[in-house]
Amino acid sequence: MDIKDFVEKFAEQFEETDASMFTPETKFRELDEWSSLIALSIIAMVDEEYDVTLKGDEMRSANTIQDLFDIVKNK
Amino acid sequence: MAFIELKNIRIAGFSAGVPKKVIKTKSRNPKYTDEEFVKSVGVEEKHIDDKFTTSDLCYFAAEQLITDLGWDKKEIEALIFVSQFRDYILPATAPILQDRLGLSKECYASDIALGCSGWVYGLSSLASLMTNGNIKKGLLLVGDARRLQDSSFNDPLFGYAGCVTAVEFKEGDEGIKFHFGSDGSGYDAIIIPDGGARNQFTLSTLDVHEDEDGIKRNRLNSFMKGLDVFSFAISTVPKSIKALSQKYGIDLSNVDYMVLHQANLKINQLIQKKLKFEDSRVLNSLNKYGNTSSASIPMSIVASTNNETYKAEKSFITCGFGVGLSWGTAYFQLKDCVISQIVEVE
Repeated sequence: MDIKDFVEKFAEQFEETDASMFTPETKFRELDEWSSLIALSIIAMVDEEYDVTLKGDEMRSANTIQDLFDIVKNK
Repeated sequence: MAFIELKNIRIAGFSAGVPKKVIKTKSRNPKYTDEEFVKSVGVEEKHIDDKFTTSDLCYFAAEQLITDLGWDKKEIEALIFVSQFRDYILPATAPILQDRLGLSKECYASDIALGCSGWVYGLSSLASLMTNGNIKKGLLLVGDARRLQDSSFNDPLFGYAGCVTAVEFKEGDEGIKFHFGSDGSGYDAIIIPDGGARNQFTLSTLDVHEDEDGIKRNRLNSFMKGLDVFSFAISTVPKSIKALSQKYGIDLSNVDYMVLHQANLKINQLIQKKLKFEDSRVLNSLNKYGNTSSASIPMSIVASTNNETYKAEKSFITCGFGVGLSWGTAYFQLKDCVISQIVEVE
């Protein structure tokens, strides 16, 4: 698993936010476009690309993209 | 593993009752327009009218189906009612429906309190009663007309429906194959907290609070942990369908139709993609009827094949999943199956 790749796939779930806004340190909940529907897209992306099913609590516990990457990597 | 195979059983017909009144979906998230919201949830409109309970809708659907099948009411000796919105806390609703439909008093009648998985569970219960031929004709009535829920906070997802499935004993029929699962650790993923025996109704039940999703609710309104339900559904459903197909040697690429509980568009599209079913092999009702809980599988069959009979044999894989958490998968064939026209009640 590669963090750069993960950040790119994470960014693809957003329609309006510019790709340059996304780094491993991005606090994604603070983005204007963040919503519960995008959270679903992230769970679906992780399921499809990494074959890992994120639970609601795991999704809620992550603040940065790096946090989420670490959770996925360790599952 | 909870596999069940019930032989000598066929599904003779389906019908659906919905309120005539239609409500268009409106966005309840200020970040999305109505159009964007509809596209994302997948529900353009649904039938909702608080004049009717689930059992009312089931009653009208049952009368229609019995007429279309030409069944003699005296021959119907079992009735199972699956709902989480029963007419009363007690008594059960099934005996009320037995009487209202004019069925014989020599009738097995019982309620099952399940939601999204309820049609599959109810079908297995009814088929189990009938598999050895003691009872020849039975009705399964399912649905959740979520009164007290939608009008108060503009619920975007749920519609009202009462669906009926007619089940018949037929010696030598291949019958129905099932797989079931439960995970009560997720009991609070979809919950109406108060009004039952655990948290009895008190005046504070009606106090309005704001949940983490920003929606205001009292403790008789249902609350859903969307993320948890989503991740449960996209992982558990494909596993259950694959387990059943492996157990009984069912080739999914040869199955004529898949019918999933109509949870929401995203969940259903993902499951469909994982199981490699093309759109032409999937029956839906989400767009026009919403998520109709336990009624969603028969609703999708009736809505996709209105006023038709499945004369030629067609194979179906179906899966109900959600509140409980609870899930069930069923595989069966339909042949000479009567599909009543949707009954719109006003």
